[in-house]
Amino acid sequence: MSIIQAKKLIHDYQKIGEDGKTEVSSRAVDGVDLDIAPGQFIAILGHNGSGKSTLAKHINAILLPTHGTVYVDGMDTKDAEKLEDIRRTAGMVFQNPDNQIIGTVVDEDVAFGPENMGVPTPEILSRVESSLKSVGMWEYRDHSPNRLSGGQKQRVAIAGVVAMEPKCIVLDEPTAMLDPMGRKEVIRAAQKLNREKQVTILLITHYMEEVIEADHVIVMDQGKILMQGTPREVFSRVEELKEHRLDVPQVTMLAYELKKSGLPLPDGILTVQELVDALDAARAQRGSAE
Amino acid sequence: MSIKLEHVNYIYSPGTAYEKQALTDICLEFPDGQFAGIIGHTGSGKSTLIQHLNGLVRATSGTVYYNGEDIYREDYPMKDLRSRVGLVFQYPEYQLFEVDVFSDVCFGPKNLGLPKEEVEKRAYHALQQVGLKEKYFKKSPFELSGGQKRRAAIAGILAMQPEVLILDEPTAGLDPKGRDDILDQIQLLHREQGITVVLVSHSMEDIARYVERIVVMDKGRVRFNDRPEKVFEHYRELEQIGLAAPQVTYVMQALRERGMDVDIHAATVEGAAASIRSYFGNFEKRREG
Repeated sequence: MSIIQAKKLIHDYQKIGEDGKTEVSSRAVDGVDLDIAPGQFIAILGHNGSGKSTLAKHINAILLPTHGTVYVDGMDTKDAEKLEDIRRTAGMVFQNPDNQIIGTVVDEDVAFGPENMGVPTPEILSRVESSLKSVGMWEYRDHSPNRLSGGQKQRVAIAGVVAMEPKCIVLDEPTAMLDPMGRKEVIRAAQKLNREKQVTILLITHYMEEVIEADHVIVMDQGKILMQGTPREVFSRVEELKEHRLDVPQVTMLAYELKKSGLPLPDGILTVQELVDALDAARAQRGSAE
Repeated sequence: MSIKLEHVNYIYSPGTAYEKQALTDICLEFPDGQFAGIIGHTGSGKSTLIQHLNGLVRATSGTVYYNGEDIYREDYPMKDLRSRVGLVFQYPEYQLFEVDVFSDVCFGPKNLGLPKEEVEKRAYHALQQVGLKEKYFKKSPFELSGGQKRRAAIAGILAMQPEVLILDEPTAGLDPKGRDDILDQIQLLHREQGITVVLVSHSMEDIARYVERIVVMDKGRVRFNDRPEKVFEHYRELEQIGLAAPQVTYVMQALRERGMDVDIHAATVEGAAASIRSYFGNFEKRREG
């Protein structure tokens, strides 16, 4: 069974128009179908305004569909009685670490979620320990969140979600405000949860290096899914991505340029190693082509 | 029109438990008309450094010269300096506060005591420079997208007509399109008006594409200060201090290790592609000859 399923999802935002009276609606998500199997690592790409975040907010029922349906682990997000279960199943981490931390001490912050769920105290303690360990922040358990770096704060925010033992975590540009080191820490933490605890991860990001290791990539544009597939499939379509002014990894771009000028290289090269090997092979091929 | 720092030291909260040396013996010069980049890990002193460039933070010891004049001199016109050296902070859109975009951009030149006509002329020009269309001028800043807000904020600084423009991570949190738009716009300003630019960034790819010189900060000291290709030669040392070279640098280094005669100094896709093409071209020729 799929963990997240969207059927013809449409979301319209309502806004008061220029004259201050009439309502104007703008379509942020426009007919999206999704079917995500448990345990996958999904990356979602797209410009600001492409509908990524609106889509993400449907997954734990912060937003409800204008039309269509979203199922989380089989539960319809419109079912008000299931709201708590839905939010326990799908946790969310946002962009700005400073907006997500409420505790004055790291372990208190992480305990907040399970506490509110009525988890018994001994169980809370063990959950706090294991979730802080899973993101590599256990040594900081009695620190004040104020004095942590951005990457550390984001990992505490992730631990806070992990402590609620969700089956799925949606991360909405969790690394946009971080430096390269902080970005790596956060992505590693998400990958570890995915691999070791089979938590389904939906990662919204602009950074290519965070996308290439995903199982599946979804590219959004103007509220619709523009393309999807494995990272290799998606990044083989350099022309289309460029047309929409989306990024491709620098090596993919370099391989694409070289291929255009006649070097025999495969499509969708994603890493430095792949490109170097392919160029080495091209050289050997030319050297022996007589 | 240069900024020069001589033996600058800066200590935060001296004499308290939080005392921390943020900058140690900085000697640097930003010559007129250069597009320079500053990179460094979080906490390396980048932001503290740029706040010295317009006198916002006063060095604990050492001297800062603007056009050869000591800015710490008693009668130095500090206010004047701040309009000549424009500093765009991180997330500058958080500082937008006026009722509409145009009024916000007017705020700076208005405070310079300029006549209303001149203020509006400058604001108009600045908004054009950042590529913000006229239909947004009368909108509330809060109605704009992230990239547009940031451009409005940068226009607020440009309206003061600074000789030097310093930007602290101007593209943080933007999508690839917003990022390219802003950096291209800044490059245009640099090329067409000869404005001196100091760009603080975490993205090596961006730095490699735009700047003529890189200053690498590490633990409050200048670690490297050279042309990009020279700095990226030290990619292993860069990694040790939490940074990295652009991806193509790694490709070129690896190809060289496998005996291909390519330019290890290429740091952009265009440069690398040209070098690899010419290697394979020569290789064909040798084989044929």
